[in-house]
Amino acid sequence: MNTNQNIPKAKKELVVEILLRLADDRLIHGHRLSEWAGHGPELEEDLALANVALDMIGHAAALYKYAAEIEGKPDEDHYAYFRDDIDFKNVAMVELPKGDFAFTIARQFLFSAYSYFLYEKLIETVGDEQFNGMLQKHFKEIKYHFRHSREWVFRLGDGTEESHERIQHAFDEIWMYTGELFSLDDAERTAIDKNLFVDISELKEPWLALVKDTLEEATLTLPDDDQYMFSGSRQGKHTEHLGHLLAQMQFLRRSYPDAEWK
Amino acid sequence: MSADHSNNNVEWPLWEVFYQPGNGKPFEHAGSVHAPDAEMALQNARDTYARRNEGIAIWVVPSSQITASTPEDVGPFFDPANDKAYRHPQFYSTPRAVKKRT
Amino acid sequence: MNTQEKLKAFQQRIDKGEKIEPKDWMPERYRKQLIRMMSQHAHSEIVGMLPEGNWITRAPSLKRKMVLLAKVQDEAGHGLYLYSATETLGVKRQNLVEDYLYGKAKYSSIFNYPTLSYADICVIGWLVDGAAIVNQTMLAKSSYGPYARANIRICKEESFHKKQGYEMLAKMASGSPDQQKMAQDAVNRWWWPTLMMFGPPDTESPNSAELIKWRVKSKTNDELRQSFVDRSVMEAQAIGIEIPDPDLKYNEETGHWDFGEIPWDEFWRVIKGDGPMNRERLKARRKAYEEGAWVREAAMEYARKKKLKEDKAS
Repeated sequence: MNTNQNIPKAKKELVVEILLRLADDRLIHGHRLSEWAGHGPELEEDLALANVALDMIGHAAALYKYAAEIEGKPDEDHYAYFRDDIDFKNVAMVELPKGDFAFTIARQFLFSAYSYFLYEKLIETVGDEQFNGMLQKHFKEIKYHFRHSREWVFRLGDGTEESHERIQHAFDEIWMYTGELFSLDDAERTAIDKNLFVDISELKEPWLALVKDTLEEATLTLPDDDQYMFSGSRQGKHTEHLGHLLAQMQFLRRSYPDAEWK
Repeated sequence: MSADHSNNNVEWPLWEVFYQPGNGKPFEHAGSVHAPDAEMALQNARDTYARRNEGIAIWVVPSSQITASTPEDVGPFFDPANDKAYRHPQFYSTPRAVKKRT
Repeated sequence: MNTQEKLKAFQQRIDKGEKIEPKDWMPERYRKQLIRMMSQHAHSEIVGMLPEGNWITRAPSLKRKMVLLAKVQDEAGHGLYLYSATETLGVKRQNLVEDYLYGKAKYSSIFNYPTLSYADICVIGWLVDGAAIVNQTMLAKSSYGPYARANIRICKEESFHKKQGYEMLAKMASGSPDQQKMAQDAVNRWWWPTLMMFGPPDTESPNSAELIKWRVKSKTNDELRQSFVDRSVMEAQAIGIEIPDPDLKYNEETGHWDFGEIPWDEFWRVIKGDGPMNRERLKARRKAYEEGAWVREAAMEYARKKKLKEDKAS
């Protein structure tokens, strides 16, 4: 079997590949955040988490919609509802169960910081006007997600003994999923050549510096970066959690695919 | 309420929220939020009272810092102005010709 | 002024249509009734997040997912506005919250029913939010200023809640046979509990007269219920949905729709705690509250430490 068969060559296919990678991260992360609705630690934070979730699902929908236009698919729902887990291209970090509030915040902080650097570079690079316009619009919201989660990292890290322990534990647990945020694959290398993507491995350094500073200020310890790192999600090799998430998300739409649901 | 269930030793303080509905507009009182500190109060105010782009700027201030007039003040505070008609533009007459043009 | 004179002056202000503000003199009973009614309204918004939240992760399109999440979020916001208005009466939000979580305070009994299919989400938007709008439009004219203002804000935001539900229900009612079945089934289950939302009949509503005298409310439970039924019948007919009431009949004389006997036994039973979802709803809310305690504490502790540092530095 030719393992390279899934690497798109044409520019059109590459754009779609990149759009879906960005969109899947956001849909799945947004979905996990949406599970907090009605269950947040305080009313104000319930609103805040829902806002971030809405932003992320909105970003995903816009990116999918553009991909659908390019590919001639009916609409954005095609990608969210009619693909299986092996077709999803999100990183594993975002599909992990929502955990406690510390886990949610640690993940949101790490992911928002990553998105911040990624979007900043993408906006400089991507020539496609429509794509770039979306990136610019979403970047503003990403900055807010970053600010919100970072403030909470300070509060939980330097709060009580319990909160300190919980968020330290969360960072330790998530760390093995941070590796694949920065590992380039062949599709991305090809996309870089066509000005559709950026060298994410170069983002690791500024990202790590920012995370290190934040954790230090929050009296937390940076987890050991030299440890086993989970990999392969971008190529469809996910954790077991994604399948369950999709089973829930897709069941109604797939049970009655011909009905009108919009 | 049974006391052993109570988690009420740490209620976040209350903050009053004001927002500016548009450029050049005066700030309006929106309501209040609970928050542990000023930064979170600002974020909570944004997430609560500006979900529909209601404002372009927000102020938050600890509710305990608001000094308000009391109903007993109504007389001494506001009545004296009632006989100062000269503070209102209607007190002055304008020539008819000028009126027409404006 | 003695108390009698104060009471008289207060009633005169109400009768003139003036708004009462937090620092104004008010009868203790007026204050108590407001706290009860406003906090109950707030609790209802918060518990109301649960039945709809049940479908956020399963919504059948990205559009519907975002609509539902935004709506559930609005309910958190509305609960917050209402608590915020209640706090102007000198009570603490957490005490109010603990009163319904562990004490005797009530919330609307409508949220003690389960959401079984996605059509329930549409019907909640159409009927439950429709009923809430009827009620809140009246409360937007309430004599207590902060309560009136909170309701004005809520009404503005809530109009989309009903519209999205009615729009999607119309699609389902004219959609595939499966969708039609879900739509009608949901209406059958939610119709009577929705009519109960307006509270007991006027003959058994001890608080009504007093609340109307003080213009906290301006219409009785039965008046509100009737205007809701009249509108809903028309809306149901427009989309081909049947109202599950064999006694429903247009009354030429009154110009209103007469309807059958509401199962009041069920109403009183659910109010007292024995509805299909009462225990689960409270369990979910208690869990959120108790598991949130360490987060609330951490944020306060951080604020305390930070202030200490700043004080030292200056």
